[in-house]
Amino acid sequence: MYKYDQIDQQIVNERVAQYRDQTRRYLAGELSEEEFRPLRLQNGLYIQRHAPMFRIAVPYGMLSSKQLHKLADLANKYDKDYGHFSTRQNLQLNWPKLEDVPEMLAELATVEMHAIQTSGNCIRNITTDQFAGIAPDEVIDPRAMAEIMRQWSTFHPEFALLPRKFKIAVSGTKQDRAIVQAHDIGMEFYTDSAGKLAIKVWVGGGLGRTPILGSVIREHLEWQHALTYCEAIIRVYNLHGRRDNAYKARIKILVKALGIEEFKNQVEAEWAHIKDAPNTITEAELERVGKHFEAMPYENITANDAGFDASVASNPAFAAWVKRCVHAHKQTGYRAVTLSLKPHGKAPGDATSAQMHTVADLAAQYSFGELRVSHEQNLILADVKLSDLFAVWEKARTAGLATPNIGLLTDIICCPGGDFCSLANAKSIPIAEAIQMQFDNLDYLHDIGDIELNISGCMNACGHHHVGHIGILGVDKDGSEWYQVSIGGKQGNDASIGAVIGPSFSAEEMPGVVQKLIDVYVKERTPEERFIDTVRRLGVTPFKTYVYAKEVVSA
Amino acid sequence: MSNLIQLNNNTAQIAENAWVTAQLPASNVEERKQAGKVVLFKLTGEETITDTQIADTVIPASGKVIVPLSVFIARKELLLSRITNGEIGVWLDTHELLADLVSCQPDLNALPIIAVHLERFADGRIFSLSTLLRTRYGFKNELRAIGDVLRDQLFFLKRSGFSSFLLRADRSATEALASLSDFTVPYQGAVDEPRPVFTRYNRPI
Ligand code: HEM
Ligand code: SF4
Repeated sequence: MYKYDQIDQQIVNERVAQYRDQTRRYLAGELSEEEFRPLRLQNGLYIQRHAPMFRIAVPYGMLSSKQLHKLADLANKYDKDYGHFSTRQNLQLNWPKLEDVPEMLAELATVEMHAIQTSGNCIRNITTDQFAGIAPDEVIDPRAMAEIMRQWSTFHPEFALLPRKFKIAVSGTKQDRAIVQAHDIGMEFYTDSAGKLAIKVWVGGGLGRTPILGSVIREHLEWQHALTYCEAIIRVYNLHGRRDNAYKARIKILVKALGIEEFKNQVEAEWAHIKDAPNTITEAELERVGKHFEAMPYENITANDAGFDASVASNPAFAAWVKRCVHAHKQTGYRAVTLSLKPHGKAPGDATSAQMHTVADLAAQYSFGELRVSHEQNLILADVKLSDLFAVWEKARTAGLATPNIGLLTDIICCPGGDFCSLANAKSIPIAEAIQMQFDNLDYLHDIGDIELNISGCMNACGHHHVGHIGILGVDKDGSEWYQVSIGGKQGNDASIGAVIGPSFSAEEMPGVVQKLIDVYVKERTPEERFIDTVRRLGVTPFKTYVYAKEVVSA
Repeated sequence: MSNLIQLNNNTAQIAENAWVTAQLPASNVEERKQAGKVVLFKLTGEETITDTQIADTVIPASGKVIVPLSVFIARKELLLSRITNGEIGVWLDTHELLADLVSCQPDLNALPIIAVHLERFADGRIFSLSTLLRTRYGFKNELRAIGDVLRDQLFFLKRSGFSSFLLRADRSATEALASLSDFTVPYQGAVDEPRPVFTRYNRPI
């Protein structure tokens, strides 16, 4: 992974000093609440329901063992001994003290980490596929470009105070796993007909209260121009995006209002002036950064391992875990492993300090000392030998990290909701926990098969409910908490936004509602159909009819 | 103590303010919201300047004056000799159009100073405006940030091409000087240093 040189380290150190002084001035009353706000936000600090919430950047989801140990220590020293991995591959701590944050940043800087631009109206952490560099279907490892873009976006002076937050995702696979179409800018890397690295650029996607999938603004962009082209897009947005209404300030609103053609014309006109400007990426820079992401020193091993095969044959629990949590790898004899942060009945994405230490140790021992955070809020060991899988499983299981539910109904994506977030209409974590308990039967879960369930506590959509096969949204009706259900959303190349099935439900009804949706699917499915396929084939009606009809019958 | 910071050859110092800023009188017309209209996004919720306001703007009869863009456009004929004498600068709000300035005054470098006024410190349009003034329109003279100018934005303002900063009246320019050097080596090219770090340094692997 990327390692800091003196320049990177100096920037992070100077940032700590800058923020230490800003915090001092705020506490001394020299900065007003309003003036301090963007400064703390751009250092990851929200003020939330219980306490400040502190979001630490995990650039494109990559972590070293050493870094994860440090995160665990911070959660222990400054927080309640656990942290929350977010859908944007970052780590959040829910209870730090505002006064402690400069010291926490100083500690992070010792392991080449920071909280720069993790919130606020600026370019945020650039996200990508958690299997970057090892996925068999990968065309291009996007991480070198993601790192180049991270550096470019860090303190970009022209884009320091945008109308609203700005999220960029990059992907280099045929099957998109980075939801590029749900980002302000999405970049899909591919090899063009001349065999050169090229980019398909999407713009104006986003969830939130106006869910919109991105539009293609350029089918083919030579990689050298990634930065200047983004500058052209963001400049048009910076000048013309709305600033009078935070809910209409995202770039998607501008793109929609102008129409993609007009927006594209403005961007291209701007770009004509800055194409080939000094921010054009050089071969040498791509090569330099690319060296940090070279393949691991893999051993030359065979495609099969007798010990592994024997364990799978003799141990059904291990076999179930292999089926759900172990993934294909480019390198013969290696696998990627997902450590589930979704044990039934626990807040999705939470990890205790002890668990973080365990994962860091597993990574050090079995996966070249590196790991990744996925936007599904799990942790990934990317490079494990077949022969080590059983040992990894045993240790992960002891630490509660081996629930074999990846991609299944209980692998719920869920925002912090009303328990933590002051914007919430409703709680989301208890709903996730109740659904997990309703379906707490692994055989049944495996039978239901691949499905994604996403929960957001309000229309800001932090839990990506619009793209969940089942999406649950917390709504407020006369001051009490209700839940609106949609089905048919999907991420990926064939992304879609889910359709609401009807009037909302109380918290107690929710596990039953999900049960009914599943019942309809199980009854109607053809042998090869996943839940989403059945919904797409039949439409919302049969699901809706069954979910609501039952109530009449029982009434 | 002056509240003006000026950059001379990249050294920042406190300087006396030689310029008076002419202000538009308050409008008695109600604020007009123009929601929805696409081309007017940038004007949404911002006041439209009236002809009366333009006519009533007081421009001191002598000395160096920075006049509002709308007044400059409407009353330029009357200011021609003072423009030639280098006594007139122009200021604009962040929602105003550079194109309007340039079509009225194609030779921007005849103006010794252009200022951009910040109504709210968090309005980042100012950075794109200054970047365009420097890189697209080739403006070489003093470019000044005025209005809600605070020390924690100075570094970005400097990198985006501003050469002077009139700090908000209740803040100390002397204390603010330190923030201009918050970072030693920025990553990306911008107005003050167009080369990104990867072409300026031979970075180790
Ligand atoms: C706890 C405090 C939080 C607050 C106050 C908060 C606030 C918000 C707001 C206001 C939006 C909507 C912005 C817009 O549409 O312009 C948003 C979007 C989003 N948040 Fe959060 N959030 C919080 C926590 C989280 C967490 C924990 C995650 C990850 C699990 C998260 C992930 C996201 C994502 C992915 C979006 C993007 C939706 C989009 O792209 O439109 N947020 N958040
Ligand atoms: S979706 Fe709403 S409730 Fe959930 S974290 Fe985001 S802002 Fe808070």
